[in-house]
Amino acid sequence: MAAERKTKLSKNLLRMKFMQRGLDSETKKQLEEEEKKIIGEEHWYLDLPALTEKESFIIEEQSFLLCEDLLYGRMSFRGFNPEVEKLMLQMNAKNKAEVVEDKTEEVDVSDEEMARRYETLVGTIGKKFAKKRDRASYEEDENGDVKLIKAKKMFLKPHD
Amino acid sequence: MAEVVAVAAESLAGSRARAARTVLNQVVLPGEELLLPEQEDAEGPGGGGERPLRLNAGARSRVRVVCGPGLRRCGDRLLVTKCGRLRHKEPGSGSGGGVYWVDSQQKRYVPVKGDHVIGIVTAKSGDIFKVDVGGSEPASLSYLAFEGATKRNRPNVQVGDLIYGQFVVANKDMEPEMVCIDSCGRANGMGVIGHDGLLFKVTLGLIRKLLAPDCEIIQEVGKLYPLEIVFGMNGRIWVKAKTIQQTLILANILEACEHMTTDQRKQIFSRLAES
Repeated sequence: MAAERKTKLSKNLLRMKFMQRGLDSETKKQLEEEEKKIIGEEHWYLDLPALTEKESFIIEEQSFLLCEDLLYGRMSFRGFNPEVEKLMLQMNAKNKAEVVEDKTEEVDVSDEEMARRYETLVGTIGKKFAKKRDRASYEEDENGDVKLIKAKKMFLKPHD
Repeated sequence: MAEVVAVAAESLAGSRARAARTVLNQVVLPGEELLLPEQEDAEGPGGGGERPLRLNAGARSRVRVVCGPGLRRCGDRLLVTKCGRLRHKEPGSGSGGGVYWVDSQQKRYVPVKGDHVIGIVTAKSGDIFKVDVGGSEPASLSYLAFEGATKRNRPNVQVGDLIYGQFVVANKDMEPEMVCIDSCGRANGMGVIGHDGLLFKVTLGLIRKLLAPDCEIIQEVGKLYPLEIVFGMNGRIWVKAKTIQQTLILANILEACEHMTTDQRKQIFSRLAES
């Protein structure tokens, strides 16, 4: 019978991804190592001891910016150039790393009120676009909000 | 004068490295080696006095030290390459070691990355401008390196204009390149400097002195009359005031204040304030 004799599959076929899905992790690792060995012998490498770079603790910098806290190079006095004066404040403040506190903007309407308004808005606008038949399904709530009560009539598929 | 040189030569001939800490704010000469604080214990006189016991004698905790202009790394030590006073700055936010540098004086500028400089446009070739910054080569400035510049919208820069920009590439192997925008794409005051005014050259040390946070000269000058100044780290200063005479007075003051004492300066300012 055909099932008695197992066909011998080639190594390349066994190495393919779809053949390896059913294998255990161990057999997979073994296969990987064998592959690496095959590749490793063919690759060329330098037969030198590993050179460790000496870690240097001295960093060389040629810039004076790190050394001295210099002010910003453009300056204007007594209102000669207002933009430059604004820049001066900005750049020198950045150098000194002053913390600018963000003033939270005062909101005219609170978030909760906004949510409530939007909730009812959906109902009133929806009523405007509803057909005459569906307008009956919109009813007023206790609070005076317009809400859709019944489910809209949809097309019913005929049964056999 | 000859005696000083002889003494200095003697101390150099001895060639024992001194600790950087002991020479702070003193004159150092090129060729001297300086020891960093961690190495002093090891190199110090053997057996002289009590040595503090260290639990981990082998592993010394190293701090990152930055050696600034005028200093070079030589093994574990600092080698002085310019003559001047040795300065030190403590680390502000605790990220190791601090900065050592030599406060020297020179007139010739060498481009350094990140420096803001004043340049003069000398040529316009294709997509880049050639800008003379006082170094060995003219720097290149691309026309797209201005705020709001696109291929269609070119900046209005002519030959002979003054440009305030910063270096993005500046080393001894390549031509220096500068831009007039920062890393976010904003101008931040860089770009073409306006019309009129006067450009003159001073030494590099004076620029750093004038740009120090607590410079009295600038504060006093600012009280005289409305004016605008731009300092370039390449030794160039551009000044502008309402009249030509005021501009010239300002230029003369800034040039002369390098060699004046505080009293002389105050005299001059008081005379100016009267007139």
